[in-house]
Amino acid sequence: MNSELLTEFTYFVLAIFVGIEVISKVPTILHTGTNAIHGIILVGAILIAANATSPLEVVLGFVAVLLATLNVVGGFVVTDRMLEMFKGRRAPAKPEKK
Amino acid sequence: MNIWIALAYLLAAVLFILGLKQLSNPRGARRGNQTAAVGMVIALLATIPLLHFTTAGIVVTILGLAIGAPVGAISARRVHMTAMPQMVAAFNGVGGGAAALVAISELLHAGTHPAFQLAFPSIFSMVVGGISFAGSAIAFAKLQGMITGTPITYAGQQVVNGLLAIAIVSLAVANLTVASQPIFFVTLLALALVLGVAFVIPIGGADMPVVISLLNAFTGLAVAASGFVLNNFALIVAGTLVGASGTLLTTLMSQAMGRSLANVLFGAFGQIQVGAGGAAATAEGKSVRAGSPEDVGTMLAYARKVIIVPGYGLAVAQGQHALKELADELEKRGVEVEYAIHPVAGRMPGHMNVLLAEANVPYEQLKEMDEINGEFPSTDVALVVGANDVVNPAAHTTPGSPIYGMPILNVDQAKNIVFMKRSMRPGFAGIDNELLYDPKTIMLFGDAKDSLTKLIAAVKAA
Repeated sequence: MNSELLTEFTYFVLAIFVGIEVISKVPTILHTGTNAIHGIILVGAILIAANATSPLEVVLGFVAVLLATLNVVGGFVVTDRMLEMFKGRRAPAKPEKK
Repeated sequence: MNIWIALAYLLAAVLFILGLKQLSNPRGARRGNQTAAVGMVIALLATIPLLHFTTAGIVVTILGLAIGAPVGAISARRVHMTAMPQMVAAFNGVGGGAAALVAISELLHAGTHPAFQLAFPSIFSMVVGGISFAGSAIAFAKLQGMITGTPITYAGQQVVNGLLAIAIVSLAVANLTVASQPIFFVTLLALALVLGVAFVIPIGGADMPVVISLLNAFTGLAVAASGFVLNNFALIVAGTLVGASGTLLTTLMSQAMGRSLANVLFGAFGQIQVGAGGAAATAEGKSVRAGSPEDVGTMLAYARKVIIVPGYGLAVAQGQHALKELADELEKRGVEVEYAIHPVAGRMPGHMNVLLAEANVPYEQLKEMDEINGEFPSTDVALVVGANDVVNPAAHTTPGSPIYGMPILNVDQAKNIVFMKRSMRPGFAGIDNELLYDPKTIMLFGDAKDSLTKLIAAVKAA
């Protein structure tokens, strides 16, 4: 195992713990928020598309960028719409005390 | 890698983690999503210096972005709130598809004997991303009503799926050990797509929240694997964050249904039970008390405390605004109103919360199961709107029942129960609900929205 792979593997293992730790404090109803983050694949899609040389790579790159862009943009917008509805809204004054 | 790019990726990763943390409070949740979006923009900008920009490459990159961004934004904006679950499934699936394509491109590039550290994550990303893509497409089609939401099963289904999985593993091993050939990995991708379809078709509509969550985790893992392929820190960290958190969420959701993940995935839950014994027999020879909207309206108007239990039927009938109006009328009369939200009510995580929030129901009135279950004995009326299985006492009382052991809302402990349903048809799980025949239950048949409108008039008149 070379040192670069070892470093990457370290990030990977640590990210597993961070992911579990962070999400375990999030109430179930707000989990929708993770949907857009794997849209980071757009970074990978652009890396293969913009560096493409053969026609096949160009085609694969194009489709990958298109799909990944849908994931990022659609994911963030959909999540925003859902979470927008939880923004600071006050409970109406209760007519009587509990 | 340039030190500035590495630092920018680190900043992006920190923003993703902070964004996820901010989700823990409903007030800050939206800001959390925006924080993560800022992280995404930073990661994308930091990638630019890594590109060589071949002519064709730059054209297709810009074209992909220029088409994808408006289509994604507009479809996400326009989609109706009730169609959110399938939209989430669709966006998740395309992410998995993109990860698979990135992996294929790298494999094609790498020749016949790529290093194991490149070949292994490539194949993993391709297979898992492919399963996520095809599985999400089926989940989308089921939720959209393009194909039936009930489980599609056939004899030997598990065997076929098992053989598919074995074929994928063998081909993957062949590609890693013998030689990396396009024919191998294209076949692998095709098999992964078939497995994605085969694995989701026997899963019923009510289990879709778990499936969407699992496929979300799959896409995360595929993206992380692509990160190993491209030696890209941002992909590894962000993909793993989603993969790990998604796996945890999936497990928690299965637990909320009192079932193992394996049972959700392979149990074909909710298929039409032919000649099912015990449970179906209880339906016979029992009478149901059907009420008029006026009866129920009066009962609600003079109640002290009402708990509303919403379910998928409310979303289908688009009755959330009428429900809120009814609750407002009741509160005007001094009735205490709360909403009981079962963790798996609806078709995606948080479905009911989103639906009710759209109708401006204050977040504080939405109570999770553990929080509200103790309150049913002191409740005058439990109003069940379009829910069934999540209040079925068979989960407590009938050991043979498919839902036995599932935590439910203890609606049976309320003083009066009102079921708003279209018909006596059993809920998704296909099992009879004895609560419908309980002497303290009143049935209000009809479309939830129509019935709610009539109830509002009845409460006003009372």
